[in-house]
Amino acid sequence: MAIEDDVLVIGGGLAGMTAALAAAAAGSSVRVVSKAESSLGHASGLLDVLGRIDGELVSDPYRAIARVDTDHPYAMLGTDRVRQAMDWFDGILGDAYTGDSHTNALVPTIAGTVTPTARYPRTMAAGLASDDRSTLLVDIDRMPAVDAPLAAARLEAAGVPFSVRGASITMPGLATDITRSHFARLVDRNETIADEPIRDQLAAAIASVHDGEARIGFPAVLGLEQPAVVIDYLSAALDADVFELPTDPPSVPGERLTRLLEAALDDAGVRMTAGVPIVDVNAADGRVRDVRGTHANTSVPYRADQYILATGGLVGGGVVADRSTVHEPLFGCHVSQPADRADWYADTPAGPHAFPRFGVHTDHEMRPLEADGMPTFVNLRAAGAVIGGADFPAQHAGSGISIATGWHAGRRAAEAIDR
Amino acid sequence: MTDPREQPPGNRDLRPGTDPCYKCGTCDASCPVADVDEDFPGPKFQGPEQWRLTRGSDRDVDPSIMACSNCMRCDGACPASVPLSQLHNTARGQYVTNQQSAFSRPAIRNRLLANYRRGAALAARFPRLANAVANNRLLRWAMDRGLGITADRELPTFATQTFRSWWEDRGGADASRERAARNCEDDPPVVAYFHGCYTNYHTVEVGKALVGLYESFGYAVTVPPQACSGTPMFANGRLDDAKREHERTLAGFRDAIADGAPILTSCTSCSMALRQEHPELFDLAGIDELAGNTWDALEYLRVHEDLADRLAAATPEESSTYVYHAPCHARNQGLARQARELLADVSGVTVTDVGDSCSGISGTYGWKAEHYGHSMAIGEPMFEHMETAPGDTGLTECPTCAMQMEHGTGYEVEHPIVVVADVLGCGLADGAYEITERSG
Repeated sequence: MAIEDDVLVIGGGLAGMTAALAAAAAGSSVRVVSKAESSLGHASGLLDVLGRIDGELVSDPYRAIARVDTDHPYAMLGTDRVRQAMDWFDGILGDAYTGDSHTNALVPTIAGTVTPTARYPRTMAAGLASDDRSTLLVDIDRMPAVDAPLAAARLEAAGVPFSVRGASITMPGLATDITRSHFARLVDRNETIADEPIRDQLAAAIASVHDGEARIGFPAVLGLEQPAVVIDYLSAALDADVFELPTDPPSVPGERLTRLLEAALDDAGVRMTAGVPIVDVNAADGRVRDVRGTHANTSVPYRADQYILATGGLVGGGVVADRSTVHEPLFGCHVSQPADRADWYADTPAGPHAFPRFGVHTDHEMRPLEADGMPTFVNLRAAGAVIGGADFPAQHAGSGISIATGWHAGRRAAEAIDR
Repeated sequence: MTDPREQPPGNRDLRPGTDPCYKCGTCDASCPVADVDEDFPGPKFQGPEQWRLTRGSDRDVDPSIMACSNCMRCDGACPASVPLSQLHNTARGQYVTNQQSAFSRPAIRNRLLANYRRGAALAARFPRLANAVANNRLLRWAMDRGLGITADRELPTFATQTFRSWWEDRGGADASRERAARNCEDDPPVVAYFHGCYTNYHTVEVGKALVGLYESFGYAVTVPPQACSGTPMFANGRLDDAKREHERTLAGFRDAIADGAPILTSCTSCSMALRQEHPELFDLAGIDELAGNTWDALEYLRVHEDLADRLAAATPEESSTYVYHAPCHARNQGLARQARELLADVSGVTVTDVGDSCSGISGTYGWKAEHYGHSMAIGEPMFEHMETAPGDTGLTECPTCAMQMEHGTGYEVEHPIVVVADVLGCGLADGAYEITERSG
């Protein structure tokens, strides 16, 4: 016997969670099995669809889909499906997110860059670079890797249409360096530090550097649980619109998104098993029969009617490169690649490289295809970065690809169940 | 044993255990101790950074390694699969062996806590006396001041009869085979139970429930001679002690290993030690076979028998409501949601999961006077969740998590195996023997 469900999703990132939600919404019993806790907390929390193409900023991501290469996952899905997937996903995000469906927003980051995105946490809404109101960016001297004066200088140099200034604050309650996630938990609990609740102390420290700017940006650390409440409180206390700027990992908005999706999975009745790498596949007659995971060295079988591969790309370990080849290690799906390893990279550091595009290629059913164009297994679909053809970091397209392919793979898997 | 920190000779690729760390800090964000203890530098420093710093130089291991509770949350958090807990166990072992005076107060205290089995074995011979003096205030004050073992906790109650003694009285393996045969058409398959210290000396009902449950599914239970799983020894850097105990367990389980019998545990820290920590750190005959055959007792039935279906069909007479806490050590074994999944289909049983917080006790960590405050601060979100969730009975697989849940809320805490055995009518409460014959 085995641990059995209708649909088994392998991988707990954005693509896997989306695929599971889509399959569950279509009535299937679904399990997500992942090798570790979700690493979606690594992500910025922004949800891009298509931010750049050929190096140019994109205004309408849906319209720009027409310009992607023919082997891009968006080309295979088509614009309508990408739009439907995002509209459906908006229902899961609820009030936590905002963003115009047809126009990318430009969100300033704490690194002093401006990044194009289709959806962004509502906590970042007052900070958009298209807004011309005067802006103060603030960091805490005890928080490593955030530097508001530097970020402000960079934004100014980039020619943003607003006046911007950066300042560092000292909080008497913080005697040693503090991580962003730790700070966020103190804010959640409104912990008393140096005899004063942290939210009050934060408001007072920011007020001491505030010089009438209409809005105040702060690194995205304003609590994991109720950032909107914290922002409202600070905005009222400072008489300015307070907003968050995305940070590098580990990212508080990424962790909030993880929690939001895990709650949605729970509500949908999806079962989740984390800490179990799937390492072995048992297949016969072109179908996956069962797979085996290791529970800390004990081999445990998982069986489903339909399987979804959402193990990530080169970074997540869903696609692996060694000294001679690139391969998909679990099911052995075909990964097309240049014959000569020297062609994996371009001559210039910024590319365009071949390696970000490595991954499986699928049919319209989202099934990975072998070199001869036949599905690797009839009941195996793929979602997210394990699918090749997109240079998603350069295109600012990773989230949209995960959501759109996950949605489509999850629905198709649910429809294919042999009842 | 593989050492993922080192490259195999002739291999120029990355060292798989240490080089993939790109210092993202996700482990630090996941660390319950770093969240409450400002002096603790976090798992990234204790693992790959400390390893690099101590390599090729005479730099010592930083003493802060002893403040790691070995909850292993960082293992599950790391996006690059760096074996953080293995690095921590090794560094802690080096610190205790090379840098800590064996006669210092913390060393003596930690040695006592890590070797709890020995003290418990003695106390269990006089359980009523042990229970009477265990919470004597003067004794506890002296333990606190003299040894640094907090007086703020209640020592666990000793059962009047140990699990092993009950097992022998009941007729041991022969009696179990006989009883299993009533529920089995052929020769009953054999399972070997690693009960661990806590079930033997304190929560004897967990072992009894396991025996009753397995016999009801037609399995003959054996209870081989065994020692401590090693969990408290790893957490206190006493690797030689852990190895010594495991050699005894491997000798006791020699037949089970040779026969390929499933080895069952009812404690998720015992199973973590047997499955992962021992094979990571030691090279002993049979160590990998034992690891590969070790199962959580409910997990084995779930995979090999129709446990889920039988639970779904069960109609318990009374309804019950539990607040469940997943032990940290259950997480990296894929077990964090098992109990609630299995009990979700039982009519009349409601289980609320209190979320992903750590209970804070981490075995011996919360018993150390200098960490008691940290331990309770880590546990605070769990206590709050328990109090807001419906029901006032706790549920968890880990005996020290249960101790902490009880300490923080006053709730009684049950073990999922006991609940499952009761639901299926094959529990062995109070030593009485009842069994439901399998129908069909």
